[in-house]
Parts: sequence; structure tokens; C-alpha cells
Amino acid sequence: MHLPSFFRGGLVSPFALRKLGVLGMNARNVHYIARYNDRDKYPIVDDKLNTKRQAKRYRIPVPELIAAFETQPSRTRVMEVIEPLDKFVIKPARGSGGKGILVIVGRDGEHYVKPSGNQVTALDIQRHVSNIHSGLYSLGGKPDRVMIEALVDFDPIFDKYSFEGVPDIRVIVFRGYPVMAMLRCSTHDSDGKANLHQGAVGVGVDLATGKASHAVQRGIRVDIHPDTQMPFSDLEVPDWQELVRLAASCYEMTGLGYLGCDIVLDRKRGPLLLEANARPGLAIQIANGVGLRTRLEHIENMDLEQLEKNVDERVAYSMDYFAAKPLAL
Amino acid sequence: MSPRAQVYILAAILALMGAGLTIYKNVELGFPLLPGEYRTVWTIEAKVRFTADGGPAKAALTLPREQRNMEVLGETFSSSGYGFNIISEDDEYRAVWAKRQASGVQSLFYQLDVHQTPGAALEQPLDLSTQVVKPLLGAAEQEAVRQAIYSLVGSARERSSDTSTFTSELLTALSDNRNQDSNLIFGYYKNRSFVDVALLVLAAADIPAHRIRGLYLEDDRRRLDPEDLLEIYDGKRWIVFEPQSGSPGVPKNFFIWQRGGKSLLDVEGGRNSGVTFSVISNDVPARDVAMLSTSQEKEALVDFSIYSLPIEQQSIFKLILLVPVGALVVVLLRVFVGLRTSGTFMPVLLAIAFIETQLFTGLAIFVLILILGLWIRFYLSRLNLLLVARIAAVVVTVVILMGAISVVSYKLGIEQALTVTFFPMIILAWTIERMSIVWEEDGPYEVVVQAGGSLLVAVIAWWVMTNRYIEHWTFNFPELLLVLLGFIMIVGNYTGYRLGELARFRQLVR
Repeated sequence: MHLPSFFRGGLVSPFALRKLGVLGMNARNVHYIARYNDRDKYPIVDDKLNTKRQAKRYRIPVPELIAAFETQPSRTRVMEVIEPLDKFVIKPARGSGGKGILVIVGRDGEHYVKPSGNQVTALDIQRHVSNIHSGLYSLGGKPDRVMIEALVDFDPIFDKYSFEGVPDIRVIVFRGYPVMAMLRCSTHDSDGKANLHQGAVGVGVDLATGKASHAVQRGIRVDIHPDTQMPFSDLEVPDWQELVRLAASCYEMTGLGYLGCDIVLDRKRGPLLLEANARPGLAIQIANGVGLRTRLEHIENMDLEQLEKNVDERVAYSMDYFAAKPLAL
Repeated sequence: MSPRAQVYILAAILALMGAGLTIYKNVELGFPLLPGEYRTVWTIEAKVRFTADGGPAKAALTLPREQRNMEVLGETFSSSGYGFNIISEDDEYRAVWAKRQASGVQSLFYQLDVHQTPGAALEQPLDLSTQVVKPLLGAAEQEAVRQAIYSLVGSARERSSDTSTFTSELLTALSDNRNQDSNLIFGYYKNRSFVDVALLVLAAADIPAHRIRGLYLEDDRRRLDPEDLLEIYDGKRWIVFEPQSGSPGVPKNFFIWQRGGKSLLDVEGGRNSGVTFSVISNDVPARDVAMLSTSQEKEALVDFSIYSLPIEQQSIFKLILLVPVGALVVVLLRVFVGLRTSGTFMPVLLAIAFIETQLFTGLAIFVLILILGLWIRFYLSRLNLLLVARIAAVVVTVVILMGAISVVSYKLGIEQALTVTFFPMIILAWTIERMSIVWEEDGPYEVVVQAGGSLLVAVIAWWVMTNRYIEHWTFNFPELLLVLLGFIMIVGNYTGYRLGELARFRQLVR
């Protein structure tokens, strides 16, 4: 957790943070999540199967669902589903914090290969399914459903900026307006995971252009990817406007006022919604080097007419208004 | 009304209620605010002795009535072989012992515990007869004695303005052994006590008066005879006088046993009867005194509270009442510091276990069970069991481990480790399960950090919960939970930064 870095760098004054418009956890919970996110809409995002169903209705592209097990599946049933597949992802419908996601990228005879190159057996996969179903990864240990998804055919554009893992883009959408975005690049240090506190690089992405504006690893600013040595200044997310539009349209889909959208880029299909989050973390501020609060307050101060604009108008407004200040990287 | 305003209003109401009840209990019922306050409780024992004639015997002893400055905490009677009951007679209570056949020396005991309430009013209205029976100072009394009495009364009346000062003067003159009148009177009434004579003189002066029997409460006194005070009626109210000095008011430490002139003890079927008293003082925790005195008055606040539970349940509640304090510690550490733990309130349960086991034993046992449990869990994970069955298996393992730790440590002579049973087993099993997941997904370092975080919170919670002030307040003033509730609600409204965030976001500032 934060403890080691906590002692390393000392503290800053809360007034300095306030001045910069940094959003704290308590303020996020009370002012934004409690106020703008209705409880009854949580199931849409907390259960990934619901998210998928809802996304289909709103024509938001998502990774293909191969199978979902409502009840404890038999071993033969699991094998039946995964036998013809080479690449797939098994995940709990109500997992939190990326826990319980098993990614298989290939087969090696009887074995299944994980992105790290480690191999697992069919038995391991069956156990994983049973664990998910028993609720090991869900909040409160409630019985969960198991999803088997097609592995996204990642756009190779990020290969240079990612180690072993899956790069994804997080966009914070507030009352339908995208306010901030970041790209999470896994590193050797983070063991292929895209979690910033585990050592992944957080790259702030300029909402106007899709270009990287700032990059941080473990709270320290970096210019190049620590494993691939590629400079982040060259990084530009393709199909940026389409991606931002997808994120903004999640507002209509979920009805949540304060929302985090995790988006991946598919080689052929373009941006896909991986999942939505009703309690998005605050690390995006560190990745961008900018506080969220100023931007959120700007939108809170809008009049009602402005808040009822359609997706395209909102995207255009955000891309214009929240453009990163020219910053030499 | 905005939710925020509602929170503040509700919190204020709760806090006021809690604080009000606390103050009431402290001021009115005498519950001590600080632990370790002691009050002096006097144990007075009255011993009735008489020699029985061999036939039926009956002894009646007047019991002290309730008085405002002395609180009776408890009474016991002991009288082997005697039938016993308490009767009410003319506004007085009398203990009556009776036996069909008694011979030889008999001893009967009555014991009571009293506590002096400081500052309470001494006197109380008394409905006693104010009739004066003029003494018959006839032929039997010599002229000289009669003259002496009237001369004393006359000179006292000259030197006083009202009944109260008159009595004072009269008593001073009577006790002055250079006064010839008083010497003459005492010379004549040789076998009468001072108070008897004073009563006689007061009657001659037409002042309603009677005797008060009682005791001076001094530690470790045995075989005391009752002492007398005088009480006179000045036309409006009764005033007590110390007869020797003639000063008005009940002397400090005087315990009034009987007001009015009736007999203290009546014995039928016996001779040589008498009452002697012994007094012992002991220091008793102030709370116990408050409990005893309120339990008799059936004070609703105390009667309908955990104090009315059996002692065993009370001691359980003592622990349960500490849980909110532990929860508060967790809330503070999360909201203001931002510490993360495995399982939100798991550290509170750990802290409770630590209270029972002592800190270091508890820490050692926890770490030991966690390590052994993780080790066994890793083996279990290879067996491909269903989750619920696996956790149940871990629970069983934890229980076996606890048993093993107890037995081994007992054999080694480490009695402390026997308290291992206080650990919440199911919670431990879940902790082991979650930790092993963390180990698999985030590595052993994360396990150490999370377990360390939980332990840190548990130790802080333990430290707060074992504070003797906290223990005292939660148990004796459970109303304070309302204040705590209000406080937690206000903390829940805090939207400022956490301490951890001041470090986390420091890069943004530089």
C-alpha cells in the first residue's frame, strides 16, 4: 500500500492541495458519489453481466461474451465451453478491483498459458470457476456468476508501452461530461497488472488530442516506459474522439453522475467498454498532474440547459474546455 | 433541510441527550465521573443482649428511620433460632425477635451500612407531639431544687431572645459545674442522666422537647452506648441541640437512630437487657455506593439498564460496550488517516481478543495462527475444494491449532496462552482465506502490509479500549454512546483530506 512511499516523501499541506483542486477520498465519497450516484443504479455497473446487457441496448461496443454461468457449472460444462477456445478471459460478474480475472492467451498441449507465460491446467481453471461462483472475489462473499469473455484483440499501438499486460484507458465522466482520462500501462514491476499502486505507469491523456501529457510511476514522474524505454511523448491514442464519445455515452447508459469508464482498444472494433465503475479511484489526478475538483466544480456550476446537451455536444465541450495546457513532456 | 444540516442537528440532539443523562447520573445519583473514587461506608452493628428467663422471649429494637443526610445501603439481621419480623409502630419501625423457649445469655444482631451524603439537608419535618407534660415538682422535690430549676429558667430567659437561644443558654448553664443551681439539681437527681435532667428543666420551662438517640460515627469503635441529643420545638420547627455544649444542629458524623422519647429496646421474658453498638468504616468504590442506593429507590434509569442484569452478563456487556469505541477508532483512522485494513471492523474484534489475552500474548498467538493457517490453506488450495468447504476446513484447522497452542503452552507452563480461546475463530479463518488470496494475487509483501495495517489498528483500538477512563465511562455511563454516535455522524461528514492523501498527492504540489 502507501506505507513505504508515505514515509519516504513527507507530507504536503492540505491547503496547497485544496488550492490545486485535488479531490480527496472523503470529499469524493460525500460530495460526488453519494450525491450523484443513485444506489438503485449501482447494480448496472457492479454486475458486469448487467453492464454488458445495458451496453448492448445503448449500442455501446463491448468485448464478446462467450458464456455466463448462473449456477455452479459442472466440470464437463466448463470444459465444453473452453475446449474450442484458444484465448479467453474468465472473470467474476461482481468482482472488485480487478480481482479474480484469469486471462488465457494460448494453449500449450494440455496446458493453458497465462500472459506471464505461466501455465495452468484445466483443473486449475475449473477451481477458479468454482471459487468465483462461491463468492471469493465478490464484495461480502456473496455467490457470484462466472463470465467467460473473448480476449480482446488488442490494438498493437500500445505494445511499446505495456509489459505483459493489458493497457486500458480510464475516463472519468461527470454528469455526462468527460473530465479526465488516463492510460494505465502495466510494467514488469507491476507484474503485468494495470494497478497504479502496484507499480503500473499512469499516463495522463489530454482530453483534446488523446496525446500523453504526463506520466507517473509510483508517485514519481517518468518520461519513458521503464521496461520498453519508449518515450511517452510519442504516445497518441487512436480513435480518440470516438473513445471519448463512448465514455460520455455511458452516462445515459448507467444514469450515474460520477462514473469511471474502463475502455480498451480492439485492433478491428476500435474502443470497447470493458467495465464501468461507480467508485472510480483518485489516482487519475496523479497521472495527469492535475486536480479533479476544479473540473468537477466547473460542471457543477453549469446551468440546467447545458447539462441537457446531447453526447456529441458534451464531448465537443469537454475536449475543448478540458484540453491540457501545453506542457513540455 | 439539507442532509448535512440534519446530521448536525441529529448529532447535537444525541450528544445533548447523552451528556444530559450523564450529568444527571453524576449529580443526582452520585455515579462518579472518574474511576477510582471511593466513598466511606459505615457499618454499624447493634448487638442486643439479655439473659432469658427460660420461657418465651421477645425483643423489640427500634430501627433508624430514613434520614436525608445518611443513606442506608443495606441491612442484615442475624438471630439464630429466633423468629423475626419488622413491624411499623407510630411512624417508627421496630425489629421484633421472638422465641418460644430461651434461656441463658442471648445475643441478637442488626447490622446496617450507611453512607453520609455530603451537603444534604440535615433536618426533616417531623410529626411528633408537641405536647408538654409539666413535671410534677411537688412535695417529693425539695423546695431548694424547685427554686434552683426556676432560677435557671429565669436567668436563661433573661439572657435570650427566643426559644432557640433560650435552650442554648439553659444547656450551657446546666453543664457549667460552677453554677450553683445546676450543681444543686444534679446533686438531687444523682441517678439521672444529663439529658433526662435537661428534659425535665425544659418541661418546667414549657418547651416541647424530646430525646434523640444515636451514635457518633468514628472508625473502629466497639461496645458503644447510644448517645443522646436534645430536640426542642420553637413553635415552628424542631431544632436539635448537642446537650453538653448547647450548640444547635446535628453534630457532624452523628447518626440518628431514634427520634422521640420512646424506648430503644423492649425485652419480654429476659433480664439485664441492653444494646451496644460497634462502628467500622470502610472505603467502597463510589460506583457501588451509587448502585446500592439507587437500586433501593428503583431509579428507572438504573433499574432498566444493564445494571439490572446478572453480574455475568454485565461483564459481557462491559466488553460489548467497548465495541463502539473500537469502531470509533477505526472510523477515525480511516477517515482522517486513511489506513486500510483487511476487513473493515476485523481489527475491533482482534482488539477485543487482545483485551482478554493481554497484548503481547495476543499478538504472538494471532501471528502464529495466521502463519500456520496460511501454510495449511496453501495445501488445501491444491486439493480443489469448494470455497465454503475450504473455509470450513480452515475453521476446523484454526480450532485444532488453538487447542494445540493451549495444551502445548500449558505443558510448558505458559498459562497466558490459554486465553487463546478468545480469538474469533470464524473471523480468523476468513482472514486467512483473504490473506492467501492477497498472497496469490499481490504477493507476500502485500500480505505483510495488510496484516500489519490491521494489527496496527487493532493495537491502537486495544490501547484506547483498555484505557481505564474509557472503560469506566462506557460501563457506568452507557448514555455516552449517544454522544459517540453523534460524533461519528459528524465525522462521517468530513470531506477534507486524509493524512495519507497529503503524502499520496504530494507530487501534484511540487
